Amino acid sequence: MTADATRRQYNVTIGIECHVQLKTKTKLFSGADNDAREAVPNTLVNHIDFGLPGALPILNEKAVELACHAAFALNTEPQRFSKFDRKHYFYPDLPLGYQITQYDEPIIIGGYIDIEVGGEKKRVGITRAHLEADAGKSTHPAGGDYSLVDLNRAGTPLLEIVSEPDMHSAAEAKAYAHELYLRMRYADVSEANLYYGNMRFDVNVSVSKTAELGTRTETKNLNSFRSIERAVEYEVERQIGLLEKGEQIVQETRGWDDDKQQTFSQRSKEDAHDYRYMPDPDVPPVVLSDEYVAGIEASMAELPDAYREKFREMGLDSKVIEDVIANPSVARQVGRIYDDAGPDHAKRVAFWLLQLSDDSSESSQSQESVKPDAQDANLIALSKMVAQGQLSSSAAKEVLDEMIKTGQDPAKIAEAKNLVQESDEAAIAEIVKSVLADNPKAAGDVQNGEMKAIGFLVGQVMKASKGKANPSLATKLIQKQLGL
Amino acid sequence: MSWDPIAKIANDVQASTIKAIDLVEQSLAAIEKHKEYQAIITVMAEQARSRAKVIDEKVANGVKVGRLAGVPFIAKDNILVRETEATASSNMLKGFVPPYQSTIVERLEAEGAICVAKANQDAFGHGASTENSDFFVTKNPHDKTRVPGGSSGGPAAAVVLEMAPFAIGTDTGGSIRQPASYVGCVGLRPTYGLTSRSGVVAMASSTDTIGPLTMSVEDAAYVLDVYAGKDELDGTTIDRDPQGYVLPPITRHLPTTKVGIIKEWMGEGLDDDVRKSIEKAAADLRAAGASVEEVSLPSLPLALAVYYILIPAEVSSNLARHDGQRYQFSAESGKNLTESYTHSRAKGFGREAKRRIMIGTYVLSSGYYDAYYKKAQTVRTKLINEFNAVFEKYDFLIGPVAPNAAFKIGENADDPLKMYLVDMMTVAPALVGVPAISIPVQPSGTTGMPIGLQIIAAQRQDRELLAFAAAAEEAIHE
Repeated sequence: MTADATRRQYNVTIGIECHVQLKTKTKLFSGADNDAREAVPNTLVNHIDFGLPGALPILNEKAVELACHAAFALNTEPQRFSKFDRKHYFYPDLPLGYQITQYDEPIIIGGYIDIEVGGEKKRVGITRAHLEADAGKSTHPAGGDYSLVDLNRAGTPLLEIVSEPDMHSAAEAKAYAHELYLRMRYADVSEANLYYGNMRFDVNVSVSKTAELGTRTETKNLNSFRSIERAVEYEVERQIGLLEKGEQIVQETRGWDDDKQQTFSQRSKEDAHDYRYMPDPDVPPVVLSDEYVAGIEASMAELPDAYREKFREMGLDSKVIEDVIANPSVARQVGRIYDDAGPDHAKRVAFWLLQLSDDSSESSQSQESVKPDAQDANLIALSKMVAQGQLSSSAAKEVLDEMIKTGQDPAKIAEAKNLVQESDEAAIAEIVKSVLADNPKAAGDVQNGEMKAIGFLVGQVMKASKGKANPSLATKLIQKQLGL
Repeated sequence: MSWDPIAKIANDVQASTIKAIDLVEQSLAAIEKHKEYQAIITVMAEQARSRAKVIDEKVANGVKVGRLAGVPFIAKDNILVRETEATASSNMLKGFVPPYQSTIVERLEAEGAICVAKANQDAFGHGASTENSDFFVTKNPHDKTRVPGGSSGGPAAAVVLEMAPFAIGTDTGGSIRQPASYVGCVGLRPTYGLTSRSGVVAMASSTDTIGPLTMSVEDAAYVLDVYAGKDELDGTTIDRDPQGYVLPPITRHLPTTKVGIIKEWMGEGLDDDVRKSIEKAAADLRAAGASVEEVSLPSLPLALAVYYILIPAEVSSNLARHDGQRYQFSAESGKNLTESYTHSRAKGFGREAKRRIMIGTYVLSSGYYDAYYKKAQTVRTKLINEFNAVFEKYDFLIGPVAPNAAFKIGENADDPLKMYLVDMMTVAPALVGVPAISIPVQPSGTTGMPIGLQIIAAQRQDRELLAFAAAAEEAIHE
C-alpha cells in the first residue's frame, strides 16, 4: 500500500463510460426479440442481425423514445438532430463488419448528475450519450481450437453515456454509477439488471501531481458498483506505485479480474483500430420535433430526487430513504401511499416493504424479483389495523406475508388466522381481574413498585386471552386495577 | 418472336387468350436460343413453369391475378429471389441461396409476374462492361465482339434478345442507363429512394436504385408503377407519386417543354458519332416544338472524381460483411482468424472489388477522411445545388449517356481509369439522386452500334420524366 502522505500528493481524475441496454421489445435495427437472457444461442437472429446480403437496418423508434427519456433523466433535452455512423472493424461477432453507432452527432449532448459522498454534494457533467447496436457474444472454450459466436445480443440497443472527468475518488465513481443506475431505472429506460450486463461501466482513471492530467487507463466491462470502486482503488494504487518508482503509465485498455480483485492489461494504444467512421447511408438522420420532445418530457416518470424530497417530508432518515430509493417499485408504492393516506401509514408501509425485499433479495441478484404485489389499498388497510391496535406488529407481518402471496383483504386474513387483538376494554378488564386474583404475589410486587413484575402479569393476560389481548391495553388496565 | 406491350400481355393472360405457361416457354426458348451471348447465369425453368401453372389455374377459376399476370421477367443476379442462387456474379457469393427475397421481386410477383432467369453483371456492380463478372463476359446482341455495357449488361442484353418483356437491373452510377445505351433498349434510373433496396446486394447505399430495362418507355412506366414506393424494410424509401406512373395516354405536350442540353457533356472526350446522334435528337425535339438550349453546370467535370471517392468508401463498408465467417465463400487455408479473413477476402473478391475496397478504405482512414471523403461530400452538395438551380429554369436536361458506343471486349480491360471514364455522364444524376432515363436514338454512323439519349428530371419527377421520354421516343424516331 502506498503511504497516505504519498497518495495525498496525487490528484485522481476519473471519467466513466456506461453502456445502458435499452428496454425495447425488439433490437435497434431489426424486429428480432431483444430479450436474450435465457434464449438458446442464435435463436433471436434475423436476416438483418445475421448480415445477409441485401438486409437493411430499420431504426427502432422505441429506442429513440427511450434515449429521449434518458436525456431528461440526465437533466438535459435530446438533440433535435442526430445521425448514425458506421464504425468498422472485423470480428466474428460483428456480422456487418461495422457497428452502427452515433459518432459526431449523438442524440444527447451535455447534462449532469448530482451525487452525494460523505455528506457532500457534487455535480458530475455528462459529455454526451449516443445510441448504438451491440455486437454478439464470443466465447473461447478453454483448450478448444475454436470459438463460439452467439448473435442473440447482436443489434441490442445500447445508450453509451460518457461522463466528464469530474470524479476524484473511488467513492465518487461508485456514487455516480449508482445514481446513474437509479436514474435509468426510474426513467424506465433500462431493466438495469447488472447481473445480466444491462449496464456495463468502463472506468477511465489517471493520477497526477500537477494540474495537468496524467496518462489514463481504461478498465472495461465492470458490472457492479463494488467492482467499480475496487477497480478505481486498484488503478490509483497501481499508477501511483509506478510513478513513484519512476516508471511511466501506459495508455491502455485493462480488464478486471474479480477473483484476484485486480485490473490487467488487455491492449495498448498502439493496437488501436482505425475505425474509418462514415455516416450510415442506410439509416436516415433522426429529426425530433419540439412537440415530440415536449410529449416525452410530459410523460417522464418521477425521478429519485422527487422521491427523496417526499420521503424527507415523511420524516424518514437518509439511510432509510436511500434503501427505499434503491428499489423503485417500493419507492413508487410508498410515494403513492404517502399521497393517499399520509406520512404515518407511508412510513409503516416503507419499513414493511423494505423488510420484504431484504428477505427475498439477498440471494437473488435481481431487485426486480421483489414486486410488492400487495395493492395500495390493502397495505393502507393493514397499516390502519395496526394503528388502531387491532394487530400486533408481529401479527401484521404475518398478515402482510399472506396478503402479498394471495392479494386477499388483510382483515379477512387476520380473522382467518385468528390474529385480531382484543381491544374490548370490558372483556380484557375481566381477564385482568381474574389474573390479578390468581397471582397475588406478582400483583403485590407491582404495587410495591417492582415494575418488572408487570411484564409477567401482562404475559398471563395474553396467555388467558390466547394471545389476542392488546398488550398495551392490558398493561393500562393492570395498572388501573392495582390503583397505580 | 417479339413481345407485345406488357399491359397487353397481362390483359391477354387474364382474358385467357394466351397462357402464362406459353409465355414462360417462349422466354425459356429465347434464353436457350441465345445462349452464346452469355446474358444469363441461372435459368429458373422449373420454378417459372410451376408459377405459370398456378397463374393459369387462377385464371381458369376466374381469379384476378394482377397487373403483370403471367408476364415473364429477368432479374439481375444481385437481386434476391427466394430459393434461387444469387451471386451478384461474384465468386464470393457463388452458391448463395437466400432465405428471403427482395421487395421488388415480392411486389412484381404479387401482381403475377414470373421470374424466369437471373442475369449476368459486373461482380457486385463494379464495372461498365460485364467484363468484371467473375464468371463470363456477356456479348452485345448487335456485335458479339463488343461489350453490352454494365454493370446490368446481362439484363440489358436479355431484353434486346427478347428473352423476356422486361428485366430488372440496378443503377448505382449508370449501371442501367449505360448498358441500355450500348444495347439499344430503354433503361430507367428512378429517383433515389423510390425503389426499395431491401433484398438487393448492396453496392453503394446512398446511390443504389432499382430500375426496369424494356423495349419501350411505356413498358418501363408500367413496370415502375407496380413496384415503386415506400417500403418498411428500407428506411430510405419515399412515397410514390399519388398519380402513379402509368399515364393514359403517357405523353407530354412538347411545345411547352423547356429542355437544357448539358454543355459540359458535349465537349472534349465525346465520340463524334455520339455527338451527331445527340445533336440530331435535340434537333428532332426542337422540330417537335420543344425549346432546347445549352445549359452549363460548372461542377459537372468534378462528378466522376467525387463518385470514385464516395462510392468506393461505401463499397468498402458494404462488402465488409463478406468475410468468410457465416455464409458462402470461406478459404480453408486460414490457420487463425486473421488468416481466415484475409485468405477468404483475397480469394473471394475479384480484382475490381479489391481495388474499390482499397480506395474506399484509404479515403475513410483517419487523416485522409477530411481530404477525400468530406471534400467529396461538399462537392456533392454543390452538384445538388447546381442541379436544383437548373431545374428552376428547365423541365428536363438532356445529353449523352456515355462518351462512346459499345467498345470491344478487352479494349479497356487493363486500364481501370479508362473504364471509369465511361461513367462520366451517368454518375452525376446518381450522386444528385435525380431520375434519369436512356432511350435509343440514331445508331453510330460508323459502327452501327446503338446510342442512347440521357434525359434527366428533378427529384421525384419520375412521372413527368417518363411522359417526356415517351414523347421524345416518338419525336426522335419519326
